[in-house]
Amino acid sequence: MLGEGILKGLAETAKNFAGSFVSKERMTTVEYPEERLPLPEASRNFPFLVYDGSDWQAGLRCVACQICEKECPPKCIYIEKSKDKKPDYVGKLQIYPTKFDIDISVCMSCQICVEVCPFEAIKMNNEFELATDNRFGGLLLDRKELAKSNEYYHQIHPTEAAEVDARLAAEKAKAEAKAKAAADAAAAKAAGAPAPATPTRVAKPSEGERKS
Amino acid sequence: MIDRLDQIFVLLKHWLVGYLPGEWQAAAGVVVSVVVIIGLYPALFALTTVLERKGVGRIQNRLGPNRVGPYGILQPMADGIKSLTKEDIVPRSADAVVHFLAPIVLVVTVFMGFAVLPMGRNMVLVDMDAGLLFYFAMGASTELSVFMAGWSSRNKYSLLGAMRAVAQMISYEVALLLSSVVVVMATGSLSLVKIVEAQNHYTWGLPHWYIFTPWGLAGFLMYAIAATAETNRSPFDLPEGESELVAGYHTEYSGFKFALFFLGEYVAMFSISGLGSTLFLGGWSAPLAFLTWVPSWIWFFGKLLVSMCVFIWLRGTLPRLRQDQLMNFAWKFVLPMCLLNLFVVALWRFIGDGWLRWLVCSAILVLAYVGIGWEGMSRKRLGARSYRYAD
Repeated sequence: MLGEGILKGLAETAKNFAGSFVSKERMTTVEYPEERLPLPEASRNFPFLVYDGSDWQAGLRCVACQICEKECPPKCIYIEKSKDKKPDYVGKLQIYPTKFDIDISVCMSCQICVEVCPFEAIKMNNEFELATDNRFGGLLLDRKELAKSNEYYHQIHPTEAAEVDARLAAEKAKAEAKAKAAADAAAAKAAGAPAPATPTRVAKPSEGERKS
Repeated sequence: MIDRLDQIFVLLKHWLVGYLPGEWQAAAGVVVSVVVIIGLYPALFALTTVLERKGVGRIQNRLGPNRVGPYGILQPMADGIKSLTKEDIVPRSADAVVHFLAPIVLVVTVFMGFAVLPMGRNMVLVDMDAGLLFYFAMGASTELSVFMAGWSSRNKYSLLGAMRAVAQMISYEVALLLSSVVVVMATGSLSLVKIVEAQNHYTWGLPHWYIFTPWGLAGFLMYAIAATAETNRSPFDLPEGESELVAGYHTEYSGFKFALFFLGEYVAMFSISGLGSTLFLGGWSAPLAFLTWVPSWIWFFGKLLVSMCVFIWLRGTLPRLRQDQLMNFAWKFVLPMCLLNLFVVALWRFIGDGWLRWLVCSAILVLAYVGIGWEGMSRKRLGARSYRYAD
């Protein structure tokens, strides 16, 4: 009959109206600044630099190889290499970035920098509350702002971070085994015929190790 | 004491006016009433906007505004400040004078309607003999302002919205008038005060409101439909259909002029609900005989708020009609029912008291409703839609 549908609709909306005061699961609203949903593990936003240990400057994994800078499609990364060297996670001496800037107003979150990085040094952050009152300087993050600890990485992407840690540990173990083998070989050689220039010999296996 | 409370506003006015010399008292009394009306309805409008936003939100299982003040009740203040501080833009090619006048004409004509509405016992600004006629004259003038706004903006959306609005308002004006005429026929007076008094009797504790008669119920339903269309409310909000016309006739309005249009629309809703409750729901009279001690103005404004809630409920429920559906509905359903209702009320009058008139009048109206409904529904071809050229 005419008007039946209208009455049905009115009943439905009345049910919604009354139900919204009673049942919690009807109200899907999350009142954002006070309440927030946990971010999914796969969420990503802008890159950050991972460091090991407690000192961000000493522990920075980045070796300023500039691959990410060259691969970045919108060219939002700027790196300056250091003149001196510092030991990396294996204990080998590497150069490090004196300047590592990412302009997140340019960054398009493509994650290519993360994929090309051979040192697991740059990863995607999921922090999204980056609003600032400074349009230019506020969105240009320097290496101090970009540096986040490995624990933080574990916190935001646990699965991925565990994989990365396992890979790094395996690499480190391999390097240590190799160094030990090299040292053993050197020791055996030294026992056979005493060599005059030990420091260069110690340096050589590490050179080979870098290529491997 | 209870009588005092009932007449508190009247007494207050007399007390205020009493400080003036005798010859000024009449004029000052009118000024005081006008100021109260102009202050009161915008305040109610502010309350209704927040009620509407929260109510529609709840209907859609949302929270609605809840940031400004406790439970968001101060939201209208924020809205008001926002619209006051916004830039007032007049398009370069607009007709500046008419563009400026349109919102003012709307608000003025809408407020004029309140002059004849009795808002409580002895609470009417002018007790005109032709009050209902005056009300409809004022209500019809809002169409002028809508068209002024649409035409002067020199914008296609505005013009389309205004043309839709005028077509719709003229169509439903007929239905609105015809559905009100039945009350005039039953009462024998165009004065709204007399119409309320005619309904202010009780048998067995129940009131003699016109809605409790077959023709009154039919008339009230037709009136409610026509009133919703008159005030451009959903589901008849084609003139400002935001999905197709940006905002209809007030597309080119910003800042406080836009707020005036908004205000005019809501105040028109108050006034048309006020008229509806005066005509069919007994105006300021109490719904049950033992409740007559409650001040009359509480009943009037209570009925007003209830009808606003119904407006909000309808808005949260019904989707917008298409233009042809709107016109078909007006001319093929509402208008025949209204005309039939005129005949029924005449029958009611001439059959005289007794159960016979209840039976005959109800039977005629129900049969007509079912018949017209069946006829209209049977024409509707349901099923998969076919496209003549695109297939």
